[in-house]
Amino acid sequence: MLQAVIGLEIHAQLLTVTKAFCSCSAETFGETVNSAVCPVCTGQPGTLPILGNGTVKLSLMAALAFNCRINRRSFFDRKNYFYPDLPKGYQITQYFRPLAEQGFIDVRLGNGQKRRVRINRIHIEEDAGKTIHEGASSIAASRDRGGTLVDLNRCGIPLAEIVTEPDITSPREARLTMETIRDILRYMSVCSGDMEKGDLRCDANISVVDTEDGKSSQRVEVKNINSFRFVEKALEFEFERISEAMRKGHQITKETRTWDFASRTTISMRTKEEESDYRYFPEPDLPPLEVSENLIDKTRREIPEMPDRKTDRFIAEYGLPEHDSTVLSADRELSDFFERAAGLTGKPKETANWMMGELIRILKEQGLTIGQTLLKPEHMADLLDLLDSGKISSNNAKEIFPDVVTTGVMPSEIAEEKGLHQVDDEAEIEVAIREAMSANPKAVDQYRSGKKGVLSYFIGAVMKKTRGRADPSIVNEVARRLLENE
Amino acid sequence: MDNRSFRKKLEQLAEDAGNPLDRDYLERIRSLNPEINAFTEYKTALENPSNGPLKNIPFAVKDNMHAVGFRTTCGSRILQDYESPYDATVIRRLKKAGALLVGKTNMDEFAMGSSTEHSVQGVTKNPWDTERISGGSSGGSASAVSAALVPFALGSDTGGSIRQPAALCGTVGFKPTYGVVSRFGLTAFASSLDQIGPLTRCVEDARTIMSIIAGEDSRDATTLKGTRSLFLRKLEPSIAGKKFAVPIEILEYEGLEKRVYDSFMDMVERIRQEGGIVDEVSIPSVKYVVAVYYLIAPAEASSNLARYEGARFGFSDPSPNYAALVKHTREKGFGEEVKRRILLGTFTLSSAYYEAYYSKALRVRRLLNKELSDIFSQYNYLINPTCPVIAPKIGEITDPLVFYLMDIYTIAANLSGLPAASVPSCSVNKMPVGFQIVGPRMKDMEVLDLAAAVESISPFFEHGLAPIPERWSA
Repeated sequence: MLQAVIGLEIHAQLLTVTKAFCSCSAETFGETVNSAVCPVCTGQPGTLPILGNGTVKLSLMAALAFNCRINRRSFFDRKNYFYPDLPKGYQITQYFRPLAEQGFIDVRLGNGQKRRVRINRIHIEEDAGKTIHEGASSIAASRDRGGTLVDLNRCGIPLAEIVTEPDITSPREARLTMETIRDILRYMSVCSGDMEKGDLRCDANISVVDTEDGKSSQRVEVKNINSFRFVEKALEFEFERISEAMRKGHQITKETRTWDFASRTTISMRTKEEESDYRYFPEPDLPPLEVSENLIDKTRREIPEMPDRKTDRFIAEYGLPEHDSTVLSADRELSDFFERAAGLTGKPKETANWMMGELIRILKEQGLTIGQTLLKPEHMADLLDLLDSGKISSNNAKEIFPDVVTTGVMPSEIAEEKGLHQVDDEAEIEVAIREAMSANPKAVDQYRSGKKGVLSYFIGAVMKKTRGRADPSIVNEVARRLLENE
Repeated sequence: MDNRSFRKKLEQLAEDAGNPLDRDYLERIRSLNPEINAFTEYKTALENPSNGPLKNIPFAVKDNMHAVGFRTTCGSRILQDYESPYDATVIRRLKKAGALLVGKTNMDEFAMGSSTEHSVQGVTKNPWDTERISGGSSGGSASAVSAALVPFALGSDTGGSIRQPAALCGTVGFKPTYGVVSRFGLTAFASSLDQIGPLTRCVEDARTIMSIIAGEDSRDATTLKGTRSLFLRKLEPSIAGKKFAVPIEILEYEGLEKRVYDSFMDMVERIRQEGGIVDEVSIPSVKYVVAVYYLIAPAEASSNLARYEGARFGFSDPSPNYAALVKHTREKGFGEEVKRRILLGTFTLSSAYYEAYYSKALRVRRLLNKELSDIFSQYNYLINPTCPVIAPKIGEITDPLVFYLMDIYTIAANLSGLPAASVPSCSVNKMPVGFQIVGPRMKDMEVLDLAAAVESISPFFEHGLAPIPERWSA
C-alpha cells in the first residue's frame, strides 16, 4: 500500500502591536502601500534591529502551547538572498539555535482518535514585503516585462515558524493538523489564523512510501498553499502524482512545487540544483535571546485551556457528542459562551444543540463571530425557558432567534410583541375546532365514517387560525374528543 | 594657528555664547582642505548650537555616519548622492552637548582599507607630508584633526581604522570597548567589530568626547549598560607599579620597520624609568589575527552591503529586470576592494565552505579571547606599536595583502572587543609613530589614564597637545 508521509512548515504572523525589530505598527492591513515603514524596516544604512517584547512573548506562548522545550538561550541568524521585497538583502531568523524544540500536538481525526504530530522546532523570524508583478501571471513572466512593484508595509512583521516532524499520514490529516494549529494560535490571540489573508501560511513536504517493500519516493515541497481546503487538495494532487509515478516505476525528483490556484494542480518551481545557498551566519546586531524561568512561568500562566483538552472536558462534563464538543471548543469565544449559557440554562445538551444548529448558521450567514453580535448567555437561558414551559413552539423559537442575535432583545419580549405565545387555553382551541367543523361538515362525516386521517386537516386549520401558536398536543386531544363524541 | 592659540581658541569658543559661528574654522577648512582633501563635504554656515559642555566647538565625522543635512557617501559611488535620513546617535548626543558639525570626512570606500586612497572622492593626504597617505580608513578624520581644521573628529574602527590613521597622522585615536558607543547611524561594515571613537589632539579631549558619546542606546541592542559614567572622572595618569605585556609575536613580525621598532623600544624604556614593569609574553593566536579578520569581516560585510542593489536608494543603473539591476548597480557602484571583500565573504559563508573557514575563524576568535583574558589576569596593559610602518607614499602599495598586514597590531582589539588607544610617541624622519595601549574589556578609562601618562612623557607632544605640522600652523 502506498502511504503519504507529510510534514508541515507553518508561518504564523504574530499579533503584536509593533513590528519585530522596530517600533512601526504591525497592523498594516488596509494601510496605504509603503506607509507603515521606517528607516529600520526599509533597511536604510546604519539602522539596527531591536527585538520587541511582544514578539518574544507571543512566540513563547506558541512554543509552550505546542509542548516544546524552550531554549533558555537562543540566537538570531541572517538568511541572505536578493529579492526586491527584502530590503536588507537578508532576513533575520533563528537558524542554528531556535527558541523552542521538540514539542507535539494531538490532532483529532474525528472518529474519536487522535494523531500525535511532533513539532521539530519553533523559531522567530521577520516577514518580507509584498512583491506585485504587474500584468504578469508569474515571477518568471515579470522578469521579461519588468513590471515589479514592492510594498514594504509587511516588512519586519514578526512570524513564528512552526516546523512539524513528518508524522502526518494523509492529506486530510494535514488539513486537520493545520486547523488544529490555527485553533490553538487563535485561542491565545497569538495569530489571527487567517490563511486567505496570508496571516497563516503553510508549506508542505510530502513523500510517498510503499508500506510493503518500505521504498520511499524523494521528498517534494509544495509552497503557496493559501487555504485550509487547499492544504488537502494540493497534497491529494501530489500524493496521486507521486503514487502514479511510483506505480509506473518512474523517478520522482526532489523539487519545490507551487500550488496553482487556477488549475488546481501543483507546478514545478525549482529542482534541488536550483536551490539558493542562503549563507546563514549569526546575526551580529542582536545579542542572544535569554528567556528566564520567570518569564516562562509567567507566560505559561497566561495560556488558556487548549481546544483539545477542552473538547475532552466538554464530553466528560456536559455529556456532549465529540463532534459538538470539537466544534464548540475550536473557538474560544464560542466555548466561553457555551459554558456560561450552559451554566444559566442548566441544559448543556439543548444549549449546545441551539448553538451548533441555529447560532452557527446565523454567524456563518452574516460573517460574524459571536462576540460581534448582541447575543448573551442570558438570551439562551430565556429562550430555553420559553420552550421548556411550552410558552412558544420550537418553530417560533427558531423564527425569532435571528432577531435576538441581531437586536439583543430578550426572546420573551420578542415573543410577546409578536404575539407568539402558545395558545394552551382549551376553550379557545375548542372554538376554533368547532368553526372548522361547521365550515367543512364533509370532513367531519369522513372522520366519523372511519377516515381518521382527516384529523390532520382540523389540526392544520386550527394552527392556521392561531398562526401556529396553539399547543399541538392540546389541539390533537380536543379535536379528537369533539369529532368522536358529538 | 599654533598649538597654544588652538587651545586658547577652544576655550574662547566655549565661553563665547554671543557668537556661535566659528568663522575661523570654516575659513581654515575652506582654504586648506583642497591641499589634503580631508573633507567630502562641509558647511559654509552653522546653525545655532545647543547649550552644553561642548557649546560652539566644531567637529567633523567620518562619512559613514548619518547626519541630517549632509550626504552619507561612505566614499562610494553607490551612495554618492545619499542624503542622511536621520541623525546617528553619536551625532545626536554631540549636537545636544552644543558641538557644531562642520563636515564629513573622507574614508576608504565602506571603511575597507588602510590608506584612504580607495574613495570615490579621491585620496586624503597626510598633513605631515602630502605625498604620503593619511592611513585609513578614517584618514579624513585623522588628517583634519592633524591639520587643526577641526579640534576633534569621529572615526570608526573595525580593524584599526581609527588608531592606524591617528598613528600615521600624529593624533590621539581611541577605540572603545565594543558596545560602549552606539552604532546606530553608523553604516555597517562588519557589525561585530565596528566601533565609533574620537580622534583628538590630546588624551583629555578624547575623554571629554567619550563622556558625551558613550552609553547605552535603546536603538542599538549591542550597547552596554552603565558605560557613560566611566568617563566622568578625571584622568589619573600613572605608570609606576603598573604591569605591561609586550607580545613577542608582534616584535618578531618581519614586517615591523626597524625605526618603528626602535621608537617603540624607546617608549618602553621610558615606561620602565617611570616605574612600569614591562614583560615579553607569548600570545600564540596573535599570529592568526589577520587571517581570522579577513574571514569574519568580509563575511559580515557581504551581508551588510547586500542592501545596496539600486532598487530603493543610492546609485542605480537602470536595467530591464531586478537581477540585472542588482548586477549592474553593484558592478558600477562598488570599487575593486569592496567587490573583492564581498566575494571573499560570500565564498566563506557558502554552505560548502562555512565549516572550513567561517566556523573555524569563530573558534580562533574565541581562542584569542581566552589568551588575551589570561594575559589581562596578570597584566594591566598590552602595549605595541600601532602600525608596523610609518605612512607610506601615496600609490606606493598596490598589493592588497600588504595593506591587510598593516593592521596586524590593531586587529586583535576588534576581534576581542577591547578598548585600545593610539598615542603618538615620537617622530621618525618627521613622520609620526603611534604607540598602542590595549586594556581589558570595560577598562576604557584605565586605557585613557595610561594614554595620558604616555602623552606626558612622549617627546612628540608640545604643551600637552599633538603638534600641528608647520605648513598648517602658519
